[in-house]
Amino acid sequence: MSLINYANKEINCKIVYYGCGLCGKTTNLLYVHKKIEGGTKGKLISLATETDRTLFFDFLPLDLGTIQGFTTRFHLYTVPGQVHYDASRKLILKGVDGLVFVVDSQVERIDDNIESLENLKVNLRTQGYEFDELPMVIQYNKRDLPNVIPVDELEKKLNHRGDPSFESIATDGIGVFDTLRAISKLVLADLSKQR
Amino acid sequence: MAQAFQLFEEDYQIINTTLARLLTESNARIVLLVDRSGQLISSHGDTSNLDSTAFASLSAGNFAATSALAKILGQDEFSVLFHQGEKESIHISVVQSRVILVVVFDNRTSLGLVRLRVKKSLEELSNVFENIFSKLGAVQNVGLDESFSSVAESEIDNLFRD
Repeated sequence: MSLINYANKEINCKIVYYGCGLCGKTTNLLYVHKKIEGGTKGKLISLATETDRTLFFDFLPLDLGTIQGFTTRFHLYTVPGQVHYDASRKLILKGVDGLVFVVDSQVERIDDNIESLENLKVNLRTQGYEFDELPMVIQYNKRDLPNVIPVDELEKKLNHRGDPSFESIATDGIGVFDTLRAISKLVLADLSKQR
Repeated sequence: MAQAFQLFEEDYQIINTTLARLLTESNARIVLLVDRSGQLISSHGDTSNLDSTAFASLSAGNFAATSALAKILGQDEFSVLFHQGEKESIHISVVQSRVILVVVFDNRTSLGLVRLRVKKSLEELSNVFENIFSKLGAVQNVGLDESFSSVAESEIDNLFRD
């Protein structure tokens, strides 16, 4: 749920990166944090285990500047991907305005991706959201690995809504900003539609 | 998409008056009001050395995790959280189940005084937010006209790139 403060002219939106364990959600945020200029980004917060697995969430605030008099900010979050962190994962979805579903394109991870997408739908429902009503972008990550599933096959298996989708190699930054731009635009378009 | 949480001048002023009074009367260092999704609504006190955006996000995460613990125990939620540090402490409480009030204080005051003043402020804030939430859905997003998303799109293209 975006926060629009008409008194001090601020709009804050929440974007959540979702997906199975080790699919590259945190890598996306790390790349965005590395590349975006100082004034636009806030501090990257990572609540991770000693082995750098996300324990609760990563958080990166981005400041878009002033649009029509409103200071507009995006708050990017990742969820912990590992199956046993489901209770934590649910909590991060509270107040979400847009989703990036990150897919591990490797053959052996297809079941994990499908399970994660189903888990997203269930968890959204527990937070009072309808999956079909939320803007989402799909990112097919790890396209540089040898054993990846062709994109058209992944689209059939995972992109039933026909959402915008991008191929990526998040470790090198390929596709990371395409994804971020797409979801940001969808979220703001959705916000102005509510007027 | 969920209905946006909209704050207007009149309600925002009441919120700020209440927070400013709480800060003075409790002798706390900082008072923050945070949406449960982690977005900062307002802050009072000296936040010059505080990353209030990160603080708000982590407070909401902290509160969410503790609420989930309460549910596992069969409770609705823990309405108050208290973290005691050597010099600084944090008192967190919930307003109308939707917003959290965070008070950061040091040894210039006491937990008892903070709790007492927070209790009084919660009543006031509760009334304001009851009013705000009752208006959700009834009020249109005034000020965001049709060109908003096209201006936003060019700004996004400009800033979000390698």
